[in-house]
Amino acid sequence: MFYPEELLIAQSSEKNSEKLPHKKTPINKFVIGGFLVVAAVIILAVTSLRGNTQYYLTINELLSNPGGQTQNVRISGVVLGSTIQYDSTTNTLTFEVANIPGDNATIEKMGGLATALHTAATDSSLKHLKISYQGSRPDLLNDEAQAIMTGSLGSDGIFYANELLLKCPSRYEDSLPAQAGT
Amino acid sequence: MIANLGFGFLFIAFLISLYAIGTAIYGLCAKSHAFLESARIATIVIFPLVTLSVLSLLGLMLTGQFEYTYVFRVISQDMPLILKITALWGGQAGSLLFWVWLLAGVTAASFLWGKQKQLKALVPWAVIITMTTLAFFLFMVLFLENPFERIWLFANGQVVSSFIQPAGSFVVIPPAGFGLNPLLRNTGMVLHPPMLYLGFVTFLVPFAYAAASLITGEVSGDWMRLTRGWTLAGWIFLSAGLVLGSRWSYDLLGWGGYWSWDPVEIAALMPWLTATAFLHSAIVEERRDLFKLWNYVLVMLTFCLVILGAFLTRSGVLSSVHAFSGSSIGPVFFILIGLIFVTSLGLLLWRWNSLTASGELHSIFSRESLFLFNNILFVCLFLICLTGVLFPILSEVFTGQQVTVGAQWYKSTTGPLFALLLLLMGIVPLSVWGASSAKRLGNELWKPAVVSLLIPTGLLLAGIRSWGAVLALWLAGLVILVLFYDFWRTVSAWRSAMHEPLLASGFRLLLGNHRRYGGLLVHLGVVLMAVGIVGIEFFQTQTQVTIQQGSSFSFHGDTLHFDGLTTPGTTDDHEITLAVLTVDAGNGKTFSLAPCVDNYTAQAQSVTVPGVWSTPAGDLYIVLVDWQSSATTSATFRVYYNPLIDWLWIGAVVLILGGLFAFWPAKSVQERGQPT
Repeated sequence: MFYPEELLIAQSSEKNSEKLPHKKTPINKFVIGGFLVVAAVIILAVTSLRGNTQYYLTINELLSNPGGQTQNVRISGVVLGSTIQYDSTTNTLTFEVANIPGDNATIEKMGGLATALHTAATDSSLKHLKISYQGSRPDLLNDEAQAIMTGSLGSDGIFYANELLLKCPSRYEDSLPAQAGT
Repeated sequence: MIANLGFGFLFIAFLISLYAIGTAIYGLCAKSHAFLESARIATIVIFPLVTLSVLSLLGLMLTGQFEYTYVFRVISQDMPLILKITALWGGQAGSLLFWVWLLAGVTAASFLWGKQKQLKALVPWAVIITMTTLAFFLFMVLFLENPFERIWLFANGQVVSSFIQPAGSFVVIPPAGFGLNPLLRNTGMVLHPPMLYLGFVTFLVPFAYAAASLITGEVSGDWMRLTRGWTLAGWIFLSAGLVLGSRWSYDLLGWGGYWSWDPVEIAALMPWLTATAFLHSAIVEERRDLFKLWNYVLVMLTFCLVILGAFLTRSGVLSSVHAFSGSSIGPVFFILIGLIFVTSLGLLLWRWNSLTASGELHSIFSRESLFLFNNILFVCLFLICLTGVLFPILSEVFTGQQVTVGAQWYKSTTGPLFALLLLLMGIVPLSVWGASSAKRLGNELWKPAVVSLLIPTGLLLAGIRSWGAVLALWLAGLVILVLFYDFWRTVSAWRSAMHEPLLASGFRLLLGNHRRYGGLLVHLGVVLMAVGIVGIEFFQTQTQVTIQQGSSFSFHGDTLHFDGLTTPGTTDDHEITLAVLTVDAGNGKTFSLAPCVDNYTAQAQSVTVPGVWSTPAGDLYIVLVDWQSSATTSATFRVYYNPLIDWLWIGAVVLILGGLFAFWPAKSVQERGQPT
């Protein structure tokens, strides 16, 4: 293998008669240096956490616990398709969501995500939460889709979301003909 | 019938993988060359068998056999042929089979064309490791996510999906399938998943040989040199997959975005970060005999992260746009991750003492020290990503409450590290191996550094006060200057030594040193990508307007005239609403843009496709948000100006080309008679 920089080194050491001291640097210097970098990164990561973390709650947890955290939280719910409205003059999207259990084990017990979403969306006894979001309608915002929203619960009982994520493919993935209604 | 064959081929492949493991172990115990060779051939036979199985599934899909659950879910009759083929990786079960097929292909290729002669002692162990991994995945496809399941109906109306007919049920043949999720019906689907998967599975090869070298105690580093091509190939595929995904979301999802720090994106980024660190530190081991242990850690970690990423994506533990639905493969994945992780860690601890490198770090300003710093940065980036992805899971374990971190956290923590990486890219080409000093490095660096100051000066004079952007563009400029300065300097030194024309020296240098200049070309690509990212992150402007047909509005110096809405006819089950705008960009230049919303009625799903006008200076990006077409037609548009974003894609192409250039077989160097 040919390394062109060796040519340069050869040339420059000819020019510079002063030889570099072949002093051995103790490895500790590198350990300390590396440690400092890692420490700086940890400090950076921890300080950035402030204001950038959200509690992940279910809708029941959010609504049933008035003394608890309601500001800057992340919630997950089932979208009720008939409630979706978009106002283009104010660029405001509103829709309602129903509670969906937070852990996978409960969802599995209910018969998988698609069934759980379907059950939640059609169960009229469940509490519904109205969501208001500044922005246009995402393609995946449909009936019985699972929405994940970050924002705060207003005193008017509306959840003001500043981030809206939709978890999509499950709906197609889990469907079998009878459930899909064909 | 076809399904049974497909399943049968897979089952035989599974048995052969077990056979290969058994034969290799026996061959090692009995020191029988015949058995070891039989095990090696077995690894190659698996690939055609899995291929037949994939072809069986494709046959079912292309002929529309809707009684098969997978076919029902991902195929609809109106999908064009190319999308019907891509549907192979459009759902959980099919994509797992596709993954297994690629894994089998890469494994077979490595045992067929790999450099076994030099790695003879390692091959049996590599067979055992690759076959164990493959057996795990084959098991998952066969027994947990079987794509050959059919739909069965019981008398009470219950519907189940099963491979074997449940007692008292009969098969259902739906008249039509559900079809691929409309968002996946895109050209991005053709290349993005295969590239990403190829990247992932290719890392199995270096992992297997690294583990094999630890087991056998042959830790000379030969495994690393001889599997270097695989690592680099995996890196190129993974880079291409990541960028294609980014481009897909820019072109389709109507976000005006390219990367959203979604957990699944991060799951794919993590092995890329550790693999990139490895590609750098491997050079140091080769040149200076340093970082030996560290290289093992990186290679093994990369493959652990590949499996972890697959697990996170497929098991449903993450809240993500990309994630597959919850699935039963979680526990098996967990065993596999545990096995790989514990084995890797155990092997490293066992051989710890023999992995101390003979080289020494002399100076903090030497090239190897800068490479060390580069590795620390990449590992820190990886740890940030890992923390962010696992934060909800960890916080629930420790506090009982799930806490998540948002995109802003990733941006503010990784941003400074990416800036430091840019700085390193600007310094390293001018540094030297071995003994060095601050003075020596400074002597090399000061000229380009001074010239590069023109960039921040210019930006500040132009009125840009965004410090992050100024710093990033300055560093980007420094890297480009140093790259060309270094190349020019080396070419002229070479020319005066060899007494030949400048151009000839340039070509000779480039062609004679693929790895170095391929790597530097990758750096150039990264810098161009950084310019694009700075453009969209710091200078994106947007607005939203609702206007009537026939009227105009101004945005970013352009006049946009809304000509009207049309609904072009389509052959299949979707309706397109297309808005036509004529844009007057001043100085007589006009063009038209047609953002549209594609509504798939059967799936009750729409797809928003932006209208984009691309120039190297920036993209005009228009999304059709809403419309009324009653008495007077009016529409609402969201309009973005994304400055410099083209450089993200241009840089990505340069990066891939650089990777391919570095991949070029080194043999050609000797053929050309270059000095070594």
